[in-house]
Amino acid sequence: MATTRILEWIGRLYIGLLLAFLYLPIIIMALMSFNASPFYQLPFEWTTEWYASLWQNDQLISATWNSLEIAIITTVISVVLGSAASLALYRYDFPGKKFLQALLFPPIAIPWLITGTAMLIFFFGVGIGRGLFAILLGHVALALPYVIVVVSARLQTFAPELEEAARSLGANQWQVTRRVTLPWIMPGVIAGGLFAFAVSFDQFVVSYFLSTPGQTTLPVEIYAAIRKGFTPEINAVSTIIIVVSMALMLLTARFFKFGGEK
Amino acid sequence: MAGVQVSNVSRSFGAHKALDDVSIDFADGGFYALLGPSGSGKTTLLRQIAGFDFPDSGRIAIGGESVERVPVEKRRIGMVFQNYALFPNMSVADNVAFGLSVRGEAKAVIAAEVQRALDLVQLGKLGGRRPHQLSGGQRQRVALARAIVTKPRVLLLDEPLGALDKALRVDMQIELKRIQREIGITTIFVTHDQEEALTMSDRIGILRDGRLVQEGPPEEIYDSPKSEFAATFLGDANILRGDSTGNGIRLADGTTIAAGAGVSLAAGTKASCAVRPERIRIATDAGSTVQANGNVLRGQVSKRIFAGNNSTYFVERDGQTLKVIVQNTGIERLAEGQDVMLSWSPESTVLIAAS
Repeated sequence: MATTRILEWIGRLYIGLLLAFLYLPIIIMALMSFNASPFYQLPFEWTTEWYASLWQNDQLISATWNSLEIAIITTVISVVLGSAASLALYRYDFPGKKFLQALLFPPIAIPWLITGTAMLIFFFGVGIGRGLFAILLGHVALALPYVIVVVSARLQTFAPELEEAARSLGANQWQVTRRVTLPWIMPGVIAGGLFAFAVSFDQFVVSYFLSTPGQTTLPVEIYAAIRKGFTPEINAVSTIIIVVSMALMLLTARFFKFGGEK
Repeated sequence: MAGVQVSNVSRSFGAHKALDDVSIDFADGGFYALLGPSGSGKTTLLRQIAGFDFPDSGRIAIGGESVERVPVEKRRIGMVFQNYALFPNMSVADNVAFGLSVRGEAKAVIAAEVQRALDLVQLGKLGGRRPHQLSGGQRQRVALARAIVTKPRVLLLDEPLGALDKALRVDMQIELKRIQREIGITTIFVTHDQEEALTMSDRIGILRDGRLVQEGPPEEIYDSPKSEFAATFLGDANILRGDSTGNGIRLADGTTIAAGAGVSLAAGTKASCAVRPERIRIATDAGSTVQANGNVLRGQVSKRIFAGNNSTYFVERDGQTLKVIVQNTGIERLAEGQDVMLSWSPESTVLIAAS
C-alpha cells in the first residue's frame, strides 16, 4: 500500500532526525578532536596531536583524577549508606518513617544551583569551607537519594518470606542480608551505583561552587579552560568523557532491564 | 526431636485478639493439624511456635525448654512456607545446604547431608537445577528437604499444599506423611482444608477467633464434636435445636430426639443435636422399617444431587433443610417433592450444649 509505505518513511525520517539532533553535535566534536586545524577548518586532516597535548596538560589531568576519585568514593559511600537506608526502610516500621521517605525525593527536584549555593553557605558556616572534601560531601548528598530510590524499587519485588525462611534455618541477621537479601537487590545496587557515579562525575554546578583554584574537578576545569580560549584539547577530553559516560549509561540500562526480570 | 507445649498463650494486634489463652500439648513425634477458618489464629499460633513473633503472655516450650522469648534463628525448628520461599539465587542443592552452611558445617558433611535429604524427597538428581526450573510439587519437596536437613526439633508447615492442584495435593499428602514417619519428627501443620486435616494428622486442634475450640484425634472430633462449630467445620452436620431432655432434645413441634450416651445436660436448658448426613437413612413411608427407640423425622425431598457413588438429598422439615447422603446401592432413588421418612440411631446423635 502506498500510504503505509509513505508513513513508514516518515517514521524512519523522524527517528533519523531525532538521533541526528541527539548525536550530531557530539559526533562533530569527536571528529574535530581528531582534526589537525585548531580553528575547525576543513578539509579534515587526521591527527592525534590534541590527545597527545592533553597528556601534557597537567591541570586537566589532575582535575580528571580528582573527578574520578571523587566519583568512585561518592559511589562507594552512597551505595553503602543508600542500600543500608533502603533495607532499614523496608524492614522496620518506626515513627516518622513516611515523612522521612517523603523527604528523600525533593533533593532530586531542587535545582543544583540552589543546592550548590546552600551547600557553600552551610560548609562555610560549619568550617568545612571549599575544596575536594566539600565537593565529595556535596556529591554524596546529591547521589544518595538516587541510590535509595533505585534500591527501594528493587526491594519492592523481594518476598519477605525469603528472609523468614533463612532465619528459620538458623541464619543471623548478617547472614540473611548477605546471602539472601543482597543477592536479590544486587541489580538495584549496581544501577544505583552507576547513577551515583554519573551524578558525581558529570557534576558541574555544585562542584563549581565548592571548588578552589587548586582543588577542582574536570567539568569545572573544562569550563575554566573554555573561558580562557577554546582549544581542541577540550574536544579530546570531552570525547573521552562521552565514551566513558555512554558506556556507563548502557551498563545502567542493562542492569535496569535485569532488575525488571524475575 | 521434641514435643511442644503451648500454655496459656495470648497475642493481640492492637484491639484484635489473635490468640486468646491457647494451650495445646504437641506430643513428641506426632503429626498435628491446626485447623480453622481464615482469621482463626492458626497461622499466628504457628508463628509463635516458630519464633517469628512473641506472645504477650503465656509459655511455649520445645523439648521442655522455655523458648517464648528465643528468636526463630535460635529455636532449631524447620519450617515450610505456603509459597515455598526457595532462594531464587541459589541452586536446589544450595537451597537445601543453606541451614548447614550458615552453621559452618564442613563442605563434605554438607554435601552428604544434602544428598540424603534430596534422596528422601525423591529429588536426588535435581540438585543442580534452579528453583524456577521446577514444578510446584518439586519446589514443595525442595522446601521440605531444606527444612529437615538441619535435623530440627519440630517441623512447622504453613498451608504447605495450598498452592498445589488437587491430584498433586493428594500425592504430596501421602509423601509428607511417609517422610514424617520415616524421620519421626514432631510436625505441626496449619491448614484450612478439613479433609487434609482428617487424612493426615494424629490429632487435630480446631481454632476459632483466637481460641482453641476442641482438640483430639480426628475420629474423636468427628464423632463427638463438643460445639456446633466443631461439628460443622470438621465435616458436614445437621444441627437440630431444642430444649434438653437430659440425654436428648425436644424440638419445637414436640418431637424428641435421643442422643447417644456420653453427654448429658440439665433438662430444660437450650441444646442442640448434631447428626452426620451419612448416618441418616431415608425412605418412603411405605418402604421404611424403623428400629426400636430410633429417631424419626418426616419431611419432603426438595432437591437431590447425584454424584455417582452417592446422592445428596435435601429434605425440608418444619422450616429447616436437612442433608442426607446415601450411597449408591442401586436400590433407592427418591424423586424431588416426595414425602420421606428420615431415621437414625441415638448413637449417631451428639448432644451439644447451646453456646
